[in-house]
Order: sequence, then C-alpha cells, then structure tokens
Amino acid sequence: MNARPLLHRLLPALTGALFIALWYLAHALLASERRFLLPPPHSVLLAFREHGPALWSAAMNTLQGALLGFGTAVIGSSLAALVLSLTPLVRASLYPYLMILQLTPIIVIAPILILWAGAGIVSVTIITFLICFFPLVVNTTQGLISTDRNLVDLFRMCRASRWQEIFLLRAPGALPYFFTGLRIAATLAPIGAIVGDFYAGNSAGGQGGLGFLTIIYSSQFKIAALFATAVSSCALGFLFAGGVVALSWLCLHRWHDSYSRSDV
Amino acid sequence: MSPFVEFQHVTKRYGEGPAILADVCLQVERGEFVSFIGPSGCGKSTLLKLVAGLSPATTGSLTVDGLSPDAAAEELAFVFQEPTLLPWLTVERNVEVPLRLRGESPERRRERARKALALVGLSERAEYYPRQLSGGQRMRVSIARALSLTPKLLLLDEPFGALDEMTRDRLNEELLAIRAEQGWTAFFVTHAVAEAVFLSHRIILLAANPGRIHREIRVDLPYPRTAETRQTPAFQALVAAVSRELRALPNTVTAAATP
Repeated sequence: MNARPLLHRLLPALTGALFIALWYLAHALLASERRFLLPPPHSVLLAFREHGPALWSAAMNTLQGALLGFGTAVIGSSLAALVLSLTPLVRASLYPYLMILQLTPIIVIAPILILWAGAGIVSVTIITFLICFFPLVVNTTQGLISTDRNLVDLFRMCRASRWQEIFLLRAPGALPYFFTGLRIAATLAPIGAIVGDFYAGNSAGGQGGLGFLTIIYSSQFKIAALFATAVSSCALGFLFAGGVVALSWLCLHRWHDSYSRSDV
Repeated sequence: MSPFVEFQHVTKRYGEGPAILADVCLQVERGEFVSFIGPSGCGKSTLLKLVAGLSPATTGSLTVDGLSPDAAAEELAFVFQEPTLLPWLTVERNVEVPLRLRGESPERRRERARKALALVGLSERAEYYPRQLSGGQRMRVSIARALSLTPKLLLLDEPFGALDEMTRDRLNEELLAIRAEQGWTAFFVTHAVAEAVFLSHRIILLAANPGRIHREIRVDLPYPRTAETRQTPAFQALVAAVSRELRALPNTVTAAATP
C-alpha cells in the first residue's frame, strides 16, 4: 500500500477533527451568557446518553416511515415511468400534473392528510412518498425513452414483443438513470419522514419519530438534544444513501462506464 | 429461377417529403455480394432499411426470396453502423439476443453463439463486457450476432466506417473468408471505394436528391481475395475507375434538379 490511499483515507477524519476543533473554538468565543446556544460537542454526546432510548425509538419509527414511503415511491414511480414512456402524448398530458405533486408544499398537504388518514404512520408514509416520487419518475422515464434507436430496430427486426422490448432492452438501459433518481430520493426519504412526522406524526407514547422529538426538545429548550436529533437524522440519511450506492454498484459496476477505472 | 432480391420501380418518401429513393430497379442473385456507394443523401441506408422490413416502400415492389421483406425477416440479419451492443450483457449474451427473441432454447442459443464467436475469433472474450473490448472487437461481436442467425441475406450498413484502416482491412478479409464458408448474399453500404471493390461482385453507384441508381460496376476479380489482391494492378485500376465515377456524380441539389 502506498502513501496516497492512506492519505485519502485519513483526509475525512482530519476534516472531522478540524470541524470539531472549530466548534469548540466558536463555543469558547461566545459570550458566556450566550454559550447555551451552541453546546459543545461533548454535551451533544451526553445528550445521546441521556435521551438514548427516546432517540433510538424515534429513529426506528422514522426509519419505518422513510422505508415505507421510499419503497412505495420506487414501485409507484417505476410503474408511472413505464406508462409515461409509452408515447409523447401520454407524457404531455400527465407531466403538468406530476409537477403539481412536486410543487405543493408539504405544510399545506399535511393538514389535509391528517383529516383524511389521521396523524401517524400512514400520513408520514404518504408525505415521504410525495417527496421521493418526483425525482424517481422523471429520471426513470428519461431512461426508458433514451434507448438507442438502432437497438430498437434490432429488436423489431427480431420480432420482439412489446414486453421483451421493455424488459430486455428499455428497462436495463434505464437502470443508470433510475439509480440517479434513487440517489436523490434516498437522501430525501429520511427528511421526508421527519418533516411528515413533524406535521402529521402520531404523538402517542412510543409512536413519535424524530420530527416529533424535535417539537418536544425545542419546546423544552434542550439544544444539545436537538443537536443529537439532527445527528440521528443524518445517520438515517447516510444509511439510505449508503444502501443505494451499494445497490447501484451491484447492478452497474460490471458494465456501466461510470464504474470504469480510469487507470486500467 | 427468379432473382433472390428484386426491386421493381421502388420509390420511398417519408410523409409528404421529397423522394429519398426514386424508381429503383435492381436484381440480385443468390450468393452475390453487392456494395452500395454514393454521396450522403443518396438513400443508401434507407435502401437497407427497406430490405430489412423496417419501413415499407412507398410505391413499387420489393421481394426477398419471393416474399415481402416483412415475411422474409427470418432470412435476414442486419449489421449496424455502430456495434449496437447491449452494454449490460456479456459478449456471448449479446450474440444470443436475436436467438432469444426468436424463442430458441438456451442450449441451442449457446451453441450457435459460441460457433459465431469462433468464426470472428472472439471465443476467448465470451465472458467480457462490451466496454472491455476495442472498437474492432465490438464490431466483430456485432457481426457474430448477425451470423448466429445463419441468415440467407446479410445487410451491412457501413459497419467498418468508424475503424482504423488496418482493422478495417483485416475485417474485410475475415468477412470474405466467412462468406466463402457460409455463402450468404450480402448488401453492403459503404463510403470507402477500396472496401467496396475488395468485397463485391458488383458495386451500385447511387446518386443523390433523389436517391437513384446511377451506374453498376462489375468487379471481375477472382475469389478468394486476400491482402495480396489489394496489391494487384487490376484491383487498383478498378478502385481508380470507381473513384472517378463517384467524383463525376451530380452531387448537389441544384445539379440534380436540372433534368
């Protein structure tokens, strides 16, 4: 092993250490009566210890909502993309309405959802779904209609059925696009679940997610605990993003140019 | 016996647009290697698409083995300008694609794919992905995919246009060697005169706007043709003659518009 990969591996750790040092510095520079606004890193760790069980159970609830919303968005958007890829006419007639989905703020949708489905996991799932759906459907549709014209001719000459054309040609060709959408949706899913929980979560004991904890801790002025909640949310985000990166590697690394090593 | 491929006054236009091909009459015998050469816009590629059944003639009749191109689909194989491979499939799987679409069994698919890959000298690369191959190798895979269908008529649309000259010459020689074994009829579209002379029994010169047959030139060089054939005076004289004809073609819209 030469020095370069080692340095590359150390770099993130160094940036992290520098960041924490700056954090302490900022804390120390604040006037003493304002220091509570920026609790030092170790008090965030202490908050994890103090609120550990509450954070863990909230994170699990949020994870559940995020997974459900993300999963349904993946399935729903793939089916929608298949329909949208059929003809330009279908796209022209449906795209404006997809935009509506994306453009309506969650804050407005949330109270309606609470009326329809009640506060809780169903509403959280729907909100996550709404946030994840758009980047997925746009990318996957683009992938499905970007098939090489010559390959379509080849398939037609071999009398391929509509289904063969979709599943042997268009769908695999759309995978890189699909994964682009999936990466965006994966980082949005935990955020969606937390926002959903904030506005339309269930506040009954043990049912709340990280959004609900945010409401509690902010009302109690527990700033270190809020930081701990933020760190937990990031951890969920990393979990999702990491999972998608791994899945994308599994599906694409053998054949797609984005995984070719430049030094080979 | 009737000709294998017959064009009778074939005209092609898209919608209300100008004619891409006008009044094409042509007879091709079984086993013949025919090249099509001409300026851009002469309808070479369109002509191949008609034979492939990818789009119908506007007027006139076109038959392959006595059938409409659509009905003769089983007898045809097409080699595109680009290798046109599926990047997510290995070389062998790529060759199997048309066989799979035609519903061949997995064992038979594999057997025929292996045979075709052996013909183009790529047996060793069966498990590679297209991105791991050179341009010439990808084109070989594309040819193997066409050959695996054991076609009676092979349609090639400028298959070697993007390759360097050495690779192109070698592939030309290989193509003729395989043809000697399998005896298919070939329609070969190209921009390169030397390639057309080297491969063909007959060269069809097309003029543009609208695309039409300008002249036919017979190539009376004996087969088998090898790398040495290119050194013979007869070959070089033919290349010069075809080039001259090609330069003399009315090339521009204005020239073609004058009757």
